[in-house]
Amino acid sequence: MNRLEISELVVDVPGRRDGRPLSLSVEPGQVWGVLGPNGAGKTTLLHTLAGLRAPRAGEIRLDGRPLATLKRRQVAQHLGLVFQERQDGFPATVLETALIGRHPYLSPWRMEGGEDLRLAQAALERLDVAHLADRLVSTLSGGERQRVAIATVLTQAPALWLADEPTNHLDLHHQTEVMALLAEQAAEGRAVMMCLHDLNLASRWCDHLLLLYPDGEACWGPSDALLVPAALERLYGQRLATAEIGGAPVFVPVR
Amino acid sequence: MPASSAEVLAMPGRRSLWPPLAAFALLGLAALLLSVTLGSASLSPGDVWAVMRGEGSPLARTLILELRVPRALSAFATGGLLAMAGALMQVLLRNPLADPYVLGLSGGASVGALAAMLAGLGGAVISGSAFAGAFLSTLLVFGLAHGTGSWTPSRLLLTGVVVAAGWGAVITLMLAISPAERLPGMLYWLMGDLSYARSPWPPLALLLLICLLLAPLGRSLNVLARGPLQAAALGINVRPLEWTIYLTASVLTAMAVTTAGSIGFVGLVVPHMLRLVLGNDQRLILPACALAGGILLVLADTLARTLIAPEQLPVGVITALLGVPTFLFLLYRSR
Repeated sequence: MNRLEISELVVDVPGRRDGRPLSLSVEPGQVWGVLGPNGAGKTTLLHTLAGLRAPRAGEIRLDGRPLATLKRRQVAQHLGLVFQERQDGFPATVLETALIGRHPYLSPWRMEGGEDLRLAQAALERLDVAHLADRLVSTLSGGERQRVAIATVLTQAPALWLADEPTNHLDLHHQTEVMALLAEQAAEGRAVMMCLHDLNLASRWCDHLLLLYPDGEACWGPSDALLVPAALERLYGQRLATAEIGGAPVFVPVR
Repeated sequence: MPASSAEVLAMPGRRSLWPPLAAFALLGLAALLLSVTLGSASLSPGDVWAVMRGEGSPLARTLILELRVPRALSAFATGGLLAMAGALMQVLLRNPLADPYVLGLSGGASVGALAAMLAGLGGAVISGSAFAGAFLSTLLVFGLAHGTGSWTPSRLLLTGVVVAAGWGAVITLMLAISPAERLPGMLYWLMGDLSYARSPWPPLALLLLICLLLAPLGRSLNVLARGPLQAAALGINVRPLEWTIYLTASVLTAMAVTTAGSIGFVGLVVPHMLRLVLGNDQRLILPACALAGGILLVLADTLARTLIAPEQLPVGVITALLGVPTFLFLLYRSR
């Protein structure tokens, strides 16, 4: 039910001519990886899909309904976004930060109740930051903040996850934990689309890929078809060596 | 509330809203009572009670009902308005240095009031002229910040600061050319002085109204304080909310300035003090600001009336002298 349909979408990347229009559908159970070099428009694409900015052309449909006609609150009940950059607002504790994930579900007059707190605390535990619940977010390390941001979206419990470089700042163990969490979300019938810079995480965890080239070209499809050295070398302008470990290809940049 | 309040209270980082608000309400009543009893002629609480029951001497009745109660209530309302406006501006601009005057509103009001004084007009004309100046300044900043390009809080802040600097120059010019005998009145107005206060009911009614109107917006403001993109992703219509905050804060400030001149410091410091003590939940901070700002200004005005009675000090001086050490102490103690 929680499909994100993208038809003839042209993302409005400032200072770039229209690229190839995107037409694809993110289905429940799928994990999409968006790959591309810096400035290819990955973040802009995710923000457009979340309805935070208008596309230049085309349409986005959430559960069959045009995104542009939905209220922001309705969108937030279906779709969660992990931002790449933390906006530092006013000081807030880790628990308070996770709790705002419940905002889309609560009427203006209701305080967060015990159930909301349980959800937030479960999310903090899942991301291994429950012991920091009373700390101010501004006092945490980059990786801890990243996990709090993901815990906030986990508290929001959207059917559709958009994650902008969810493994940013994370150590190896927590990178794997976060990817496993996202894969688990998909396995439970939700849909995930994430921007990544790590080809090996993409090849290990994503079943579909969208490659965004800097000139606006794009191609997409099942991972197996796209994880070929030729396509990836052209994507990054970087030679790659390929090996296979545990049945999945591993890419290493070479000079 | 679906969960029992005891359960919520037991959760770390969560508090019930009512105990602190009830405590502030009691403190507010005590401050008002103190303010009514103290003055060039001191009265006992018994005298006040007698007057409230419709008894007491005619002198005490006049003193309390016509002078001290209206003035204390005006002080309370003005302080509450300023503190709430400051808290709103800080959330809107996500800048801890923001205060109700940061966007030039008090400058506009001051120019209006001083122009009326310079023309030799008094009373209601000064208030009306101050309100017109505040309104004009709000529209000016609103229009200029909107401009042709995109709107951001930093653009609003810059526009406001520059407009405020412009008003500052006009104020200095007016002070320079004004006749000497009018100068003290003008300076008192600029520093904030409750002896200009007229009926306390309009500011009190506005304070109560805005508290009620903002109550359902509290959690949205909390989310907005996390940043506009995050707020939009969590289901908030950011732009309408931001304009609502800006216009609300402007109306609050305009009413406060019209009532008592531009009293500094309350709007900057009270929200910060409360955040240091109570945390940063706007659902608690905003009503707490209304009460604590009121308490601070009632106490400051009582001191302003009594320190060198029968002479009066400008209340803005007292708010700063009380607020600076308290604030620095809280900041020093905070984590």
